[in-house]
Amino acid sequence: MTTAGLVAFVLLLAMTAYACGGGTDYGAGFWDLVAGGRDRGERPRALIDYAMAPVWEANNVWLIFVLVLLWTGFPVVLAAVFSSVWIALVLGVLGLVLRGAGFAFRKPTRLLARRRRYGAVFGIASILTPFFFAAAVGGVASGRVQAGVRGDEVTSWLNPTSLTFGVLTLVATAFIAAVFLQQDAHRFGAPELVEYFRLRALGSAFAMLLAGIGGIIVLRFDARYIYDGLLRGWGLVFVVVALVAAAATVSLVWAGVGRGVRVTAVVTVGSTVFAWGMAQAPYLLPTTLTIEQAAGNPNSLRWLLLVSLVALVLVVPTLILLLWLDTRGRLVSHHEPADEDTHH
Amino acid sequence: MSPAVGPAVGALGSLPRLFLAQPPQVLPAREQMAFTLIYHLILVPLGVALPFLTLLMNYVALRRDDAVAFTLAKRWSTVMAVQFAVGVVTGTVLSFEFGLLWPGLMGRWGDVFGIGFGIEGWAFFLEAILVAVYLYGWERLKPRTHFLLGLPLPLVALVGAFGIMTANSWMNTPQGFTVDATGKVTSVTVRQAVFTPILGVEYWHFLAAAVMTAAFMVAGVYALGWLRGRRDRYHRLGFALPFTVGAIIAPVQIAAGDWIARTVYQRQPVKFAAMELVWTTDSNVTEYVFGRLNPDGTVSGGLAIPGLDSILAGFSTSTVVPGLSGVPADARPTAVEATIAHWAFDLMVIIGSALLLLAVWYGAAWARRRDIPRSRWFFRFAVVSGAAAVVAMESGWITTEVGRQPWVVHGYLRVADAVTPVGAPGIWLTFAIILAVYATIAWVCIAVLLRLRTRWQRQDLAAPSGEVSPEVEVPYGPRAEELYRPGPGEDEVPR
Repeated sequence: MTTAGLVAFVLLLAMTAYACGGGTDYGAGFWDLVAGGRDRGERPRALIDYAMAPVWEANNVWLIFVLVLLWTGFPVVLAAVFSSVWIALVLGVLGLVLRGAGFAFRKPTRLLARRRRYGAVFGIASILTPFFFAAAVGGVASGRVQAGVRGDEVTSWLNPTSLTFGVLTLVATAFIAAVFLQQDAHRFGAPELVEYFRLRALGSAFAMLLAGIGGIIVLRFDARYIYDGLLRGWGLVFVVVALVAAAATVSLVWAGVGRGVRVTAVVTVGSTVFAWGMAQAPYLLPTTLTIEQAAGNPNSLRWLLLVSLVALVLVVPTLILLLWLDTRGRLVSHHEPADEDTHH
Repeated sequence: MSPAVGPAVGALGSLPRLFLAQPPQVLPAREQMAFTLIYHLILVPLGVALPFLTLLMNYVALRRDDAVAFTLAKRWSTVMAVQFAVGVVTGTVLSFEFGLLWPGLMGRWGDVFGIGFGIEGWAFFLEAILVAVYLYGWERLKPRTHFLLGLPLPLVALVGAFGIMTANSWMNTPQGFTVDATGKVTSVTVRQAVFTPILGVEYWHFLAAAVMTAAFMVAGVYALGWLRGRRDRYHRLGFALPFTVGAIIAPVQIAAGDWIARTVYQRQPVKFAAMELVWTTDSNVTEYVFGRLNPDGTVSGGLAIPGLDSILAGFSTSTVVPGLSGVPADARPTAVEATIAHWAFDLMVIIGSALLLLAVWYGAAWARRRDIPRSRWFFRFAVVSGAAAVVAMESGWITTEVGRQPWVVHGYLRVADAVTPVGAPGIWLTFAIILAVYATIAWVCIAVLLRLRTRWQRQDLAAPSGEVSPEVEVPYGPRAEELYRPGPGEDEVPR
């Protein structure tokens, strides 16, 4: 693989990490939003708050890496994308800002009315970001973002492929979050919520299947290059892997087996992202700009790979440390011996 | 300086750039960028230096087995988390703005200087994790282990700041690349592009500013409590430790400031001329304190000190200082821009000097009596020292950015050529949204901090009555012990 190809691969990896990690966070926001009224929604919301607490912003780092990889590795692509689909990106960032703020500020707020207001902001924002970022990607995939030509400000992200990508991403975040929350409910001792999120995981898996089938049909007419790419070579391989992983997730969830279900859910979403990436290859902007044509200076690319490698070396151990401390219960706040009923 | 002519300008022949209308979106794009940066820059000193102050307090607590110091360190770490949470959001917005507002900058030069942001990316991620671990670890981990796990935080902050400063200093003194006749980059030497001539001074000047600002900001909080009569050990320690750090850095910063001013004179003479309102290249140049540059090169108002500017630049009245008029009008700041840079520069120097005097006052009291000053006036000044330091830091940033105009990459790319093709109304709209959202965030953030303060005060007055500790309730705060612990005043969850 060439240096540029390797950087493009790292870019795809970073996007996948954001889709899975960030997707789990955003999906949790979706379930928070649709959890229902004050009484009905209280327990699922409490679990969501509780489960997301330690890592709720860390996943933004993948997004930062995506941007850095783009402007250092493929500067022309960055300029083309940000000049065309800028409205979708602004809406996505707006969601990102409001979601972070809504979640952060709900935590210390005691007053119920205000909690609900922050909660609503958090939930709605959690839908904006995945939908509009995916819509922007849809603009790229369908060839509406082109090198050297400025795409239309609106139709470049408001088109059949963008809508397909947006809906599929939204459903995928709901799916992966439901699977994770089901496991969290088990871990934090809330058995009735296990069932609650189990049903939602199965429902969103079904919705994802429908969105996927509908999406393929849309792509056939609106993004032919991607459509062809999904049905041949590595694109097809990852489509199959995604389907198998989704089937495995559904059976595990169905059977109530906890072991491995997070992995299969991550593989499902990750393979879907990979399938798109592979279908697009060798183009970064189908079908006007290839990876090699878009590549920045080769010297910079080599340094960029080094920076990415160091990032991986730094990130993985610290992430493991955090998860280890978390699962060992080391990250629970200290209290005097419980003075109230703990058998919920 | 060799202003490489961009393709757009080349097509228009030798028409002076100044007389071409700027694209209308330049104004809102610049204002939005300036606003979001100024906002983020209030958080930056805390992000860079509050971990250091907190760990220092934690160290004191461990060394002396001091419960008060432990409480202070713990509370500072809580503030650190709130600040970090907001900083993550505003920082991410900035990254997007590079693409949204300045695709001409990133699209053409991203592969030359963009890598510094990757280094910042490392720091960002490590900070997110380590802040969470440090905050969660209080009273859960062994005190020594907890301290050691927090210890990388100040170092990580240094790395992050380094990444950002490489990018900014490259824009000021770009190097490490070659361009062909059309202005296209043909080769890049990354090491040179990272370590540019101005990087060293800019970095140390910035670090000192961040530490000083954070130290005075934190100390100011306890100075206010002291003035209000809370003269206990908690307030004494909470004031003395950060203020001592600030007082030690203040003279260092004056030296660093002098160093960077002279480096700018050597490396960015046009910016230096703008900062000092020098119009004609000459020796024995007059130093102006404030004053306004007119388009014809005269200076109105201000305090003129003959010869001083040459002395400051080169220790002698015979030092020649290049003037603005020696550069074509389309390659230098306008009279208004020069005046802005000049005022910002003067304001920064005046505040820095005032803070140095305050530090001397503090040092003198310490030398005489081994105690903090008694004067109420000292504490009044100390209360405003934090805000003053923030103003100085913002002024320094305005000096370096406005003084570089009309360039975004000095000598190679003008702001007007870097701007997005998106029309002005669109940018004004995003700017309006950002204003509204940022105002809300500021308001809520301050409300959260004030509430934390109130509850800490209450906690100090009465023994805890089973109430959830305030630290549990901030972003990154530890989880409550159980999932469904109802807060006071809330009903038990029905089931």
